[in-house]
Amino acid sequence: MGEPKLRLQGVSQVYEGARGETCALENMNIDVASGEAIAILGPSGCGKSTSLLVAAGLRMPTSGAAFVDGQPVEGPRLNTALILQDFGLLPWKTAAENAGLGLQVRRVPKRDRVARVADALAKVGLADFANAYPAELSGGMRQRLAMARALTCDADLLLMDEPLSALDALLREEMQDMLKRTWREQGYAQVLVTHSIEEAVYLGQRIVVMSPRPGRVTHVVDNFEMLREDWRDDALFFDRCRALREMLRCVASGQSERGEARHA
Amino acid sequence: MPKNIVARRVLGYVFAIVVILAGWQLTAMAVSNSVLPGPFDAFPMVAQYFGELWPAFLVSLYRVVVAMAIGTVLAIPLGLACGRSPRADAVFAPILYFLYPLPKVVLLPVLIVLLGLADAPKIVLIAITVFFQVLVTVRDAAKSVPEESILSMRSLGANRLDIYRHAIIPATLPELFTALRISSGTAVAILFFAEGIAGSTGLGYFIVNAWALLAYPKMFAGIIAMAVLGVILYELFDIAERRFTRWRRVR
Repeated sequence: MGEPKLRLQGVSQVYEGARGETCALENMNIDVASGEAIAILGPSGCGKSTSLLVAAGLRMPTSGAAFVDGQPVEGPRLNTALILQDFGLLPWKTAAENAGLGLQVRRVPKRDRVARVADALAKVGLADFANAYPAELSGGMRQRLAMARALTCDADLLLMDEPLSALDALLREEMQDMLKRTWREQGYAQVLVTHSIEEAVYLGQRIVVMSPRPGRVTHVVDNFEMLREDWRDDALFFDRCRALREMLRCVASGQSERGEARHA
Repeated sequence: MPKNIVARRVLGYVFAIVVILAGWQLTAMAVSNSVLPGPFDAFPMVAQYFGELWPAFLVSLYRVVVAMAIGTVLAIPLGLACGRSPRADAVFAPILYFLYPLPKVVLLPVLIVLLGLADAPKIVLIAITVFFQVLVTVRDAAKSVPEESILSMRSLGANRLDIYRHAIIPATLPELFTALRISSGTAVAILFFAEGIAGSTGLGYFIVNAWALLAYPKMFAGIIAMAVLGVILYELFDIAERRFTRWRRVR
């Protein structure tokens, strides 16, 4: 394997809070190869979002560093796309304007921008909604719009923080299909942060399991079978979900009794 | 569809005017005193005194528009700074808390002594009042921009100016226009007070002067002109808000 697309090396994040220091993330190490899809799975507050912000260059870790193509990440990088839970769409901009925002802040000339935006909107099936505002779009369409924005930026690394958690169950599966299809077509490296076991098993070639706070990587599970046809109905899919559920339960109980009480 | 909206709006205004006129007429009949003429006695006065009224109207319009423009233009950058920079907020917020509740209108005597009887004290007084209302509104609106929007923009490579231009300023516009609409009422009230106390121009002077001469019908012509001034300002901000925040009415 050559140089990884993304490497997190000894990344730790400590927050100064009202009750002293909180360690959100402890010594996280992962490599993501070019074109690879990784899922980071863990309970709320395990620092998985933090790791994504570090990878995106939006937060400097307390210690350790992120590298993309071997270069230390010191700020946002043009070909890294980030999709957050609320999709980061601006309500006052139309679908086309939202999709073209990345190009606009890069001062891409308007004519060029219009063509690339139209292309990206067509790819995600929103060609007819170019002039709609986000409030006029359904949850799934907003998700696809966020994807279109990432596509216009020619992302080779796509970072997603719980992008589907606001959607209902069936729509989630549809969007998971969309994410997988787009990833396979475009060939970017993808890091998906989620607390859904099924989502991780459906979309991650490797699944990084994290413990509750302070977030630590406890397991890395190979899941290369996710490329199979009808993977969601595969017997192995269920086995893997069950195995991960066990794993998460052990990680949580090993951590503290308080966690148990809170979830009960 | 837009035609329908316009028709409904016009209909709403017609209804409002009828209700107001009826209420006015009934009140005038109940009071039965020459200080409160009914609408059918008052409105012809506008035509009768139009020659005096129109220049006064223009002077008042000029003062209030210039003052609101100055107050707003000064308040927006400071409001944005306070809303987005904890450091700026730490410096200005305490000052703001003391000065905001202070009724700025009490400064009129000071301003008259310092600036004379012409336009300057009126403009400054209104500008100060509008400044604080806009400042507080813009600051709070800028604060409430979701952090996720900012992170998303930064991840796209947006610099600070891009973030203000695309995310923060548009987010504050609805509240800004609401503040302007509300402060237009305050501004006209202060204008009346300032013009009535000092100087010999403007609608405020026109009204107070007619009052002093016990020329109640003439006074009412001034009152109607002042009301028209208020409505014009309010409507202008309403139209501007519709124009600039179109995205809020979709769905």
